[in-house]
Amino acid sequence: MSQVGAMSSVVDVSKEPPLGIITINRPSALNALSLEVVNKLIEALDDLENDSNIKVAIITGTERAFSVGADIKEMVNLDVAEVYLRGHRRLWERIRRFKKPIIAAVNGYCLGGGFELAMACDIIIASEDAVFGQPEINVAIIPGEGGTQRIPRTVGRLLGMEYVLTGRFISAYEAYRRGLVNKVVPRELTLEYAKRLGRDIAKKSLLALTLAKDAVNSAWETPLSVGLDYERRNFIIALFSEDGREGIRAFIEKREPRYKL
Amino acid sequence: MIELVRREGGVAYLRINRPEVLNALDAEHFAQIFKALEEVAKDQAVKVVILTGVGRAFCVGADLGELRKYYERGEKINHGDILRERYNKLVLKIRTLEKPVIAAINGVAAGAGIGIALMCDLRVASDQAKFILAFGRVGLVPDSGLTYLLPRLIGHGRVFQWYVDNNELSAAEAQRLGLVDIVYSHEDFEKRVEELAYKIANGPLKAFALLKRAINRFYLGELVEALEYEAFLQEVAGYTEDHYEGVMAFIQKRQPKFKGN
Repeated sequence: MSQVGAMSSVVDVSKEPPLGIITINRPSALNALSLEVVNKLIEALDDLENDSNIKVAIITGTERAFSVGADIKEMVNLDVAEVYLRGHRRLWERIRRFKKPIIAAVNGYCLGGGFELAMACDIIIASEDAVFGQPEINVAIIPGEGGTQRIPRTVGRLLGMEYVLTGRFISAYEAYRRGLVNKVVPRELTLEYAKRLGRDIAKKSLLALTLAKDAVNSAWETPLSVGLDYERRNFIIALFSEDGREGIRAFIEKREPRYKL
Repeated sequence: MIELVRREGGVAYLRINRPEVLNALDAEHFAQIFKALEEVAKDQAVKVVILTGVGRAFCVGADLGELRKYYERGEKINHGDILRERYNKLVLKIRTLEKPVIAAINGVAAGAGIGIALMCDLRVASDQAKFILAFGRVGLVPDSGLTYLLPRLIGHGRVFQWYVDNNELSAAEAQRLGLVDIVYSHEDFEKRVEELAYKIANGPLKAFALLKRAINRFYLGELVEALEYEAFLQEVAGYTEDHYEGVMAFIQKRQPKFKGN
């Protein structure tokens, strides 16, 4: 295990190959996503994507919060050009283009941009006392990084509307019932469980993971016919890849596969 | 008043001390209970909480005297909002406090007082304790989670019968029905309760907290919804003429004449 970055940093990256763990570490502000945090998260994701020892990324927060979203004290002083050109969107674009699986390990408050950050990940593990929500409406703004789009795609329009119009908190169990999180675990084990799941996933071929992740995302973003074509293309690539050949051969020969990536 | 007494060795007493009204609860006393519960939650030295009453009652639930002035002026009260702001919050606080809470039912438990006792982790009663459902007399539905817990504990037929008869259950009957876990003789009730509390305080506290979380996982999600539904039902019941007649008959110490609406 190696620590990268100074201890005082608002974002810590710890590498436990095949896992890369990004910790938002600004507990005094409940891990609000200041522009500094955003820049460090982008750097951390660049680093983990380029590191061939890392196959799965985990994003987590600290004890009381995953993140309470944008730093509104900072945001209120930015002008429109700054928000548009230098703002949070770059982070969401970065996550969208991140090729490896990302798991969000959520303890405590996961609100506004924090919830949107978690939803931009591929899998969400929540502690039993995690609290989700899009409270932007309470300060006369609205979710700006996917909340109004990703929540209705998961829970349907009516409930999505309720969450966004009322800004009410969503308990971990409610989030689980509505399919907003993958699993609820005791808070002592949130990160540990995310790591276990990450290590299981990391046993697969990275190429296959990337192709599969892309295909699932296209199920969300395109009409069925386009998504099916996309899936078929990725399937063919996987089937004729070195890893695909190796995986099938290992299965037939009843041995562990040895993947290239 | 609500007394919070912290004993050495990790046992805290939360005593409802309003014997002149059989420890009925009004807005002021709820505020005091919430404050005391916040203190015991924060205080690392407190391991176990004993909730009990002073005098011949444990708690008889709502203080009709507080509501009397509204009724005498013919004003309607939204009982749903009273539940949301007071009783529902209290029972959820008891459930989510990660410390064992013992209900030491020293005497009469009536109405919401029974609901509050049932939500504790352990229900210990004096052999002189009495249980009176009481809601039927004033045309309200059982609240504080009673409509959720009672059918599960004693079966829905017996709930209905108890509601209609409004008969007094002895401690022994309450124990037989599963409303009470332990019965001690009245003479050494306080001593035995304290012994039990110290036994718990010296036990594997983390494991107790984990057990409580497991029990909560089993029904907290449903309980939250059941409490909200009870609040709606009580709002409806609280606007009926029969409720008004029930309260006036109680205040005027006469038999109510219900009309069915």
